[in-house]
Amino acid sequence: MPEILLRATNLTKRFGGLAAVDNVSIDLRRNNIHAVIGPNGAGKSTLTNLLSGDLPATSGKVVIGAKDVTGWPPEKVSRQGLGRSYQKTNIFLPFSVWDNVFLAAQSRDPQQPWNPIRWLRPAARSVAAQRRCSQAIELAGLQDRRDAIAATISHGEQRQLEIAMTLATEPQVLLLDEPLAGMGTAEAEKMVALLLRIKKNHAILLVEHDMDAVFTLADELTVMVNGQVIASGAPESIRSDANVQAAYLGEEH
Amino acid sequence: MSAAKSNLETLPRGVRVVLFLGLIALLIFPFVGTEFYTQTVTRMMILAIFAMSLDLLQGVTGMVSLGHAAYFGLAGYVLAFVMPQSEAISLWWSLPLAVLASGLAALVIGFFVVRTHGIYFIMVTMAFAQMVFFLFFDNRALGGSDGIYVYFRPTMAVGSTTLLDLDNKVSLYYLTLALLLLVYVFLRRLLWSPFGRALAGIRVNEHRMRAMGFGTFAYKLSAFTLAGALAGLAGYLWGVVTGYINPELMGFHMSAHAIMMVILGGMGNFAGAIVGAFTFEYVLHLFKDLPYVGDVHLGKHWQLWMGSFIVLVVLFAPRGVLGLVQSLTGGRRKKADGDA
Repeated sequence: MPEILLRATNLTKRFGGLAAVDNVSIDLRRNNIHAVIGPNGAGKSTLTNLLSGDLPATSGKVVIGAKDVTGWPPEKVSRQGLGRSYQKTNIFLPFSVWDNVFLAAQSRDPQQPWNPIRWLRPAARSVAAQRRCSQAIELAGLQDRRDAIAATISHGEQRQLEIAMTLATEPQVLLLDEPLAGMGTAEAEKMVALLLRIKKNHAILLVEHDMDAVFTLADELTVMVNGQVIASGAPESIRSDANVQAAYLGEEH
Repeated sequence: MSAAKSNLETLPRGVRVVLFLGLIALLIFPFVGTEFYTQTVTRMMILAIFAMSLDLLQGVTGMVSLGHAAYFGLAGYVLAFVMPQSEAISLWWSLPLAVLASGLAALVIGFFVVRTHGIYFIMVTMAFAQMVFFLFFDNRALGGSDGIYVYFRPTMAVGSTTLLDLDNKVSLYYLTLALLLLVYVFLRRLLWSPFGRALAGIRVNEHRMRAMGFGTFAYKLSAFTLAGALAGLAGYLWGVVTGYINPELMGFHMSAHAIMMVILGGMGNFAGAIVGAFTFEYVLHLFKDLPYVGDVHLGKHWQLWMGSFIVLVVLFAPRGVLGLVQSLTGGRRKKADGDA
């Protein structure tokens, strides 16, 4: 098995009496896509938010590489090598595609907002950020749309832009929250191809509803229902799992 | 994300030409204007520096401070306190001291306020500014409600040679103009620096900025401190020019005026703040000079006319005077690439 880049153990998140995520453990390995599926409200997005630091966990532990990042704020988790995309497109709408990705790329240059020297040098001149930016744009297949304003590009392109921004921070671990949400068939195919391209060298958590895509992409599969993991393992074994079938087909009806 | 309306960050050629003509007008003004108006324009330029400092928060970073005048007034008080009644002191140390004091106050207050967002930020900045206001207003030792005099204009000398005699109104005018240009050029460069780009990103989508690894707290605190220090520069000059500092300079109205100046001119590019400050002050004089109609003194109710004027601008020229200039000079909105 490839090395584990992110390990979460016994993560729990309670909102009052509701356990949105209940004692979930998950490993993300290099060169692997670990898909998380489950019905709406299963806690998949909450799990993503716990891993990225957007939400503090009630209990449990998250380790990236060898660092315990439990309770870290999102910007620190990000700098530890974690990148994430959002279920609802979360980009800088008035900026061009290039500026969106460049801002992400710039985050990996030394950040010293209090340093006057960095108030006077043009941002665009950072060679390292330029390199990260154009690499990410190319990888995401947006090189022809560099100068377009993000608000004006198609939904599918905005989803690609999400991924490009995430890649520009050169993460080891990627959390992708429904990258295919709202896409047409052709766009979805492009996105699946993109995800296969970036699988190399990354450990990816994929939250997705599109089962064709999930079974095409996933090396490991975790099924969540009501905040709990009901099954986890290789995709083939999950497909035949009785619990999973019950959860999806709804045995009580 | 709402409020994603793009700012006019890159100035189109038409706007730049108009700004350049404005600069020429400012350069020759003391030769054609009377001494009274030279002083009036000096004050306008100081308010333009003040408005630019607020634009860094309001237009660039998206933090609307309703207490920015506190840092303006504070530097003026520092000047008044260090200026003895017997002789003039040097600008070389009193200016940095005043600017530093305002920056420090902004750093301390900013440490608490930049954690808040939106309406809470507006409330907390106002609350802190009111505290500072009443600290001076209620304390005889600090001048009280009457304020205090600045007895001399500071000296600008190297050794025993006077570089610039600030008792000369025209010298003072050109010193202010030079500082206005310096601050403008500095802030325009800052806008395109890594720091400025990050601030713009925070305005549009702070959540995403954090997810990408930006420690936005440090960025916002740095911007708040810098804006406070630059407001202090303006406040110091105000004390030098008018020779008098009172609590009203740190008051709620002063802060609100600055916000209106920035909106009036067009936010997020600093040129708009300058244009807004001049427009605001000019229109203010127009309204205050309105005549009697029957028994009603129209000029006395200038606030009413000013309010209506601002409402009209916001409704019909939401990108401010500068946006208006842009459409008048034939600038259809071009693709906003990142040309510096």
